[in-house]
Amino acid sequence: MTDISQKTYAPGQHPDLPPPALTTGVLGWMRANLFSSVGNGILTLAALAVLAVVLPKVLDFVFFDAVFFAEDRQECQALGSGACWAVIIERFQVSIYAFYPDELRWRPNLAFVLLFVALGPLLFDKFPARKQMLFFSMIYPFLAAWLVVGGLGLEPVETNKFGGVMLTIIIGVTGIVGSLPLGIVLALGRVSNLPAVKIVCVGFIEFIRGVPLIALLFIASTMLNYFLPPGTEFDLLLRVLIMVTLFSSAYIAEVVRGGLQAVAKGQYEAADSMGLTYWQSMRLIVLPQALKISIPGIVNTFIGLYKDTTLVIIIGLLDVLGVMKSALADPKWNGLAVEVYIYTAVFFFISCFAMSRYSLYLEKKLHTGHKR
Amino acid sequence: MTAQVSSDKRSAVSRLWNDKESRSVMIQVITIGALFALFFYLGVNAYLNLKAIGKDLSFEFLWQPASYDINQTLIEYTSRSTHFRAMIVGLLNTLLVAVAGIMLATILGFIVGVLRLTKNWLVNRIAYCYVEALRNVPLLLWILLIHGVVVGTLPAVRDALGLGDIFFLSNRGLYAPSATFEPLFLATVIAFIAGIVFSIWFKRRAKKIQEETGRILPVLWTVLAAILLFPIVVFLVTGLPVQWSIPELKGFNFAGGFSIKPEFLALWLALSIYTSAFIAEIVRSGILAVAHGQTEAAGALGLRTNRTLQLIVVPQALRVIVPPLTSQYLNLTKNSSLAIAIGYMDIVATIGGISLNQTGREMECMALVLIIYLSFSLSISMFMNWYNKRIKLVER
Repeated sequence: MTDISQKTYAPGQHPDLPPPALTTGVLGWMRANLFSSVGNGILTLAALAVLAVVLPKVLDFVFFDAVFFAEDRQECQALGSGACWAVIIERFQVSIYAFYPDELRWRPNLAFVLLFVALGPLLFDKFPARKQMLFFSMIYPFLAAWLVVGGLGLEPVETNKFGGVMLTIIIGVTGIVGSLPLGIVLALGRVSNLPAVKIVCVGFIEFIRGVPLIALLFIASTMLNYFLPPGTEFDLLLRVLIMVTLFSSAYIAEVVRGGLQAVAKGQYEAADSMGLTYWQSMRLIVLPQALKISIPGIVNTFIGLYKDTTLVIIIGLLDVLGVMKSALADPKWNGLAVEVYIYTAVFFFISCFAMSRYSLYLEKKLHTGHKR
Repeated sequence: MTAQVSSDKRSAVSRLWNDKESRSVMIQVITIGALFALFFYLGVNAYLNLKAIGKDLSFEFLWQPASYDINQTLIEYTSRSTHFRAMIVGLLNTLLVAVAGIMLATILGFIVGVLRLTKNWLVNRIAYCYVEALRNVPLLLWILLIHGVVVGTLPAVRDALGLGDIFFLSNRGLYAPSATFEPLFLATVIAFIAGIVFSIWFKRRAKKIQEETGRILPVLWTVLAAILLFPIVVFLVTGLPVQWSIPELKGFNFAGGFSIKPEFLALWLALSIYTSAFIAEIVRSGILAVAHGQTEAAGALGLRTNRTLQLIVVPQALRVIVPPLTSQYLNLTKNSSLAIAIGYMDIVATIGGISLNQTGREMECMALVLIIYLSFSLSISMFMNWYNKRIKLVER
């Protein structure tokens, strides 16, 4: 290696020196991102210490000491000291379909696959033949209900046989589909300049937002029959669906109201001066802009709604959490609560994380302002 | 002739409909009418249904003995107390877990929110994982999971985890020493209050001096000394007027001290860490919302980093943070109703649960529950409106 400092060069001919070793490569990255100052260095070391203590224990419990195949809990304990995933493997089918008849499971499966076909054109604007597919998206809710519940040529299935992941998705999707239009109407009512309409909408929204969903579900399960004509029998699942939809529509309404208020006043005035009627100006001018602004909030509300579907176990419906909890009552698997909860948590994490990623993608796509 | 009349009528109606004022009146009349019709319909149905099974609406049952036990009570309660007292016990339990949860959630949330903004890659990633893991899993699951861990994996009372033989953690809950205050302790309390009053006065004076002369007084240290050091000195001088009762293992359980039940522990921790993830995101976006030019302008004026934070960034960030923060507090309070899943006796579990089942008075019990939650949320909204008005950006 030649020592370049010994050579002489004509002015401007000196070859470029390599950057200082501490500013490039792994070392440079570590210095910039982990040890940029004394405080940061201490923080990094503390974080590493915590990870070194916690991670091995978690990994041991979840993977290395875990038992995946066993007949019951005793066998699990004999085979390893970690988690007993055998309970999940045995109950996997039940956790998805609960008591839905075996031979009819193709129907919810088909409905589930079609859900993505229906969602595709709604979520991604580059979807092939989007216009035509949107028609399918519009009839999808009825198609799915027909497939899952039966009737009209298909063998009917009682709704009390619904459960597991299937029930979670049914409640979540129905709530989402139903609450968006209702929420938009409520939001329009809330910002309307007709006092009576405004008061009714504000009253409804504030009432729903002021009470916990549990209380509303209790009302749906115990009291709703009092308010219906004597002798009416009303399916529990349907009651829950209605309550969940009403509940989340109030939250959607608040999000959309934020969007409506963010649309510049000139837009409303311009629509009026074009001679558009109220509904035309809303549909063509105001709502497209307002909804664009409120999409992240709407998706967040949907995630909240989806997570809230777990509350139905308190009034006796068996969603994925409820079905798995019932496995705990089985003497074979008694006491494996942590495993069951982790499994359910992973299920919810995957679906909710996907939704929040989608919302970020939309935010980026719709972001037309400046970025720092 | 008849055709002409009907066409006149139609045009009258359409004229009314096309006139903006009369149309808005018509729409409102229709709305109100439909609402009243709905309430009337529901009311009549409820009346008929209640009549059919021979029930009436009455709150008499509130004064009858509840005859069930509540394992955690802040006020005196036995199974012979009334349903009304059970409701108050439940209400206090709800408030207890809500206030404790709000405190812990705020502390955790602010810490994690700031950590999400550090340039330290590792810490940043850990904070990110914390937020995402908590936000994307239902709260009910967190409550059940933490309750499962507390009850299932913590040792039995006999092998309780001890911390210096003062605190004990077992599957029956957390045992901590309790204090009995002697009359002289009042001096410490007075010292504390005096410290706060002095701090407020000192802060105002410091601000005035700074505005007049530009001299900056050491506010933080003076305030800390007045609020913390002064009461401690008074406490020591008056001769430690507190007696501690330390929990001791006697027979099958601990005696002495005070205990936190595992239900409360699980609910409190779950509510706090779940809400802290949301608060962290609020804090992060609030700090990011302060335009970068503000920090640069402060730098150009020659303010030091901590003065920039204190005088420029935090006041502006708070304007963005506080409204969603209060709604998270309200959410936490409402979410505490999930207590019923693990048997913590809050308002829903007492009056809306056991009392309801015992007396069969669904209407009355649920009405009470709804009224209580609505009054929580209305009072928080009122605070919000007041705060928003106070900090509203004064624009030209």
